[in-house]
Amino acid sequence: MTRKVLVLGETRDGSLRNVSFEAIAAGKTVAEGGEVVGVLIGQNVSALSAELVQYGADRVVVVEDEKLNQYTSDGFAQALLAVLEKESPEGLVLGHTSLGKDLSPRIAAKLSSGLISDATAVDVAGGNVVFTRPIYSSKAFEKKIVTDGLIFATVRPNNIAPLAKDESRAGEVASLSVEIKDLRAIIKEVVRKASEGVDLSEAKVVISGGRGVKSADGFEPLKELAKVLGGAVGASRGACDADYCDYSLQIGQTGKVVTPDLYIACGISGAIQHLAGMSNSKVIVAINKDPEANIFKVADYGIVGDLFEVVPLLTEEFKKLKVHS
Amino acid sequence: MNIYVLLKRTFDTEEKITISGGKINEDGAEFIINPYDEYAVEEAIQVRDANGGEVTVISVGTEEAEKQLRTALAMGADKAVLINTEDDVENGDQFTTAKILAEYLKDKEVDLILGGNVAIDGGSGQVGPRVAELLNIPYVTTITKLEIDGTTVTVTRDVEGDSEIIETSLPLLVTAQQGLNEPRYPSLPGIMKAKKKPLAELELDDLNLEEDDVEAKTKTIEIYLPPKKEAGKVLSGDLNDQVKELVHLLHTEAKVV
Ligand SMILES: Cc1cc2nc3c(=O)[nH]c(=O)nc-3n(C[C@H](O)[C@H](O)[C@H](O)COP(=O)(O)OP(=O)(O)OC[C@H]3O[C@@H](n4cnc5c(N)ncnc54)[C@H](O)[C@@H]3O)c2cc1C
Ligand SMILES: Cc1cc2nc3c(=O)[nH]c(=O)nc-3n(C[C@H](O)[C@H](O)[C@H](O)COP(=O)(O)OP(=O)(O)OC[C@H]3O[C@@H](n4cnc5c(N)ncnc54)[C@H](O)[C@@H]3O)c2cc1C
Repeated sequence: MTRKVLVLGETRDGSLRNVSFEAIAAGKTVAEGGEVVGVLIGQNVSALSAELVQYGADRVVVVEDEKLNQYTSDGFAQALLAVLEKESPEGLVLGHTSLGKDLSPRIAAKLSSGLISDATAVDVAGGNVVFTRPIYSSKAFEKKIVTDGLIFATVRPNNIAPLAKDESRAGEVASLSVEIKDLRAIIKEVVRKASEGVDLSEAKVVISGGRGVKSADGFEPLKELAKVLGGAVGASRGACDADYCDYSLQIGQTGKVVTPDLYIACGISGAIQHLAGMSNSKVIVAINKDPEANIFKVADYGIVGDLFEVVPLLTEEFKKLKVHS
Repeated sequence: MNIYVLLKRTFDTEEKITISGGKINEDGAEFIINPYDEYAVEEAIQVRDANGGEVTVISVGTEEAEKQLRTALAMGADKAVLINTEDDVENGDQFTTAKILAEYLKDKEVDLILGGNVAIDGGSGQVGPRVAELLNIPYVTTITKLEIDGTTVTVTRDVEGDSEIIETSLPLLVTAQQGLNEPRYPSLPGIMKAKKKPLAELELDDLNLEEDDVEAKTKTIEIYLPPKKEAGKVLSGDLNDQVKELVHLLHTEAKVV
């Protein structure tokens, strides 16, 4: 059965986030050969339409309004519901980001539909669209299907491979005008703490520090290593609580969920709440001076030792590798 | 103020997880108040103490959730409501839970509803915003600070590490993020008092709901544990050699750099 599927493109600092391209790929699977329609909501976002098409959207609907210059649940819900009403799709996919988590349940409630949140895979099997998602803090997985109505899901960043970018693809871009009224919650101020540069939740390499880094300066060797590998720096809550770094770096149940190709945990014990944020990384390396530390149980490779000795050596060794390849 | 807290009894995910008969094995497992709902209970008590009013904790579930509701009463909540679905609903999902909660809350003249931003077992984060939408009140998710001045409310919201300062008004639903407060432990006198506090038990009938009204829209077709990870390779030998070996393995075996 072919379906029309809407996919919301999410922007950050004026560009599309990778998760939007991943959501398009998921949308393609849900569509089973049907049309994938990109949706852009914001102020001055229409220029991004072409990229959604290059990543696989067949066409794009844009809702622009100055009241949509920042995400608010009221504003974006009005815009997205208007597009849904106009298009009557059979599927809808968003990224499982701060925005997607906030907006999607509201849309589902409004439409009295189901919603499968935080999917890490989507397949068609036995005539059903089957989503896989982690449960119990990533200690188990479930496969879930929608039994009634709209096939609606959010996808976890970095898990579903985007389609290859095809610059020759073209698609229609239509704008829909929606009267945005009654914003009941207004953003007065945004305090930016998240670091510039590589987006932690989308990074391919993450170097994380825990209480074992012992000070804010202790993060310096980790930053060096991240630079050499083109990765991002993360942290355990232990390190954040001790004020060695900002909470925006926290990985885990209450922080960011990351699934990079390579996760290097330095001076992190491996508490379950931390594992909930990184255990699905493709390859995990643990550096810890305690051979009994729990982190070694989930690590693919481990070095028992002092991170202040190991990390600089690693940086040097990776530099050599980069020169040779 | 009429303050309500949405409280879920959850599996303590620090426990080992096993599967039997296609389900998560609950025999002998520890159950707790979802940690984020503990923040919600604490905040509700603080708001009541500052502004007057009453805190009611509500849970949709089975009789077993009574224990977690009693704990919330011991922390300082005033009343508890258990909506027992045991006999009525077999398969539920977030649609089900939200619908039941909203049906209970719709005529309660609520001022403030607090919940957790996510349940550590089910992990969808859907129930809070769904309930707000069904009640047609504004909501703010993942909050780390709440200030109430009359009907004006200023909230700090955690957005992937950045903070948004949001102005909104009552009635309102918020979901708690870590950092909102330090939940108190129930005191001994608190535990004694909790035994006498009202805990009402309702069924779908009492809410004029039929099983069909709350029928799940999604279905779990399989639950499984992640493939057992082979024990990782802990390297040994001279530290310089270990580092060289690690880089080599990451490059040639794992192929991630
Ligand atoms: C509701 C709730 C939510 C939570 N959410 C999160 C979350 O999202 N993320 C999170 O991370 N935690 C979270 N936690 C906290 C979690 O339980 C742990 O307390 C925390 O992860 C510990 O941080 P840590 O590993 O850095 O510190 P510790 O457990 O203190 O570990 C430090 C490690 O560093 C090692 N070490 C010390 N010095 C060195 C050295 N020189 N070289 C090498 N190794 C060294 C030690 O051997 C030790 O293993 C949460 C807790 C609760 C209750
Ligand atoms: C009648 C019934 C039958 C069910 N049958 C099944 C089943 O067959 N299979 C299955 O896998 N699951 C079943 N569930 C569980 C259900 O799918 C979800 O676990 C539940 O709706 C909450 O979703 P979540 O865990 O993702 O919580 P989230 O949406 O992540 O929770 C966020 C917040 O919402 C509030 N909240 C969530 N749940 C409740 C609650 N029950 N009571 C009060 N507040 C709450 C809390 O404040 C919580 O912190 C059933 C639930 C019900 C009510």
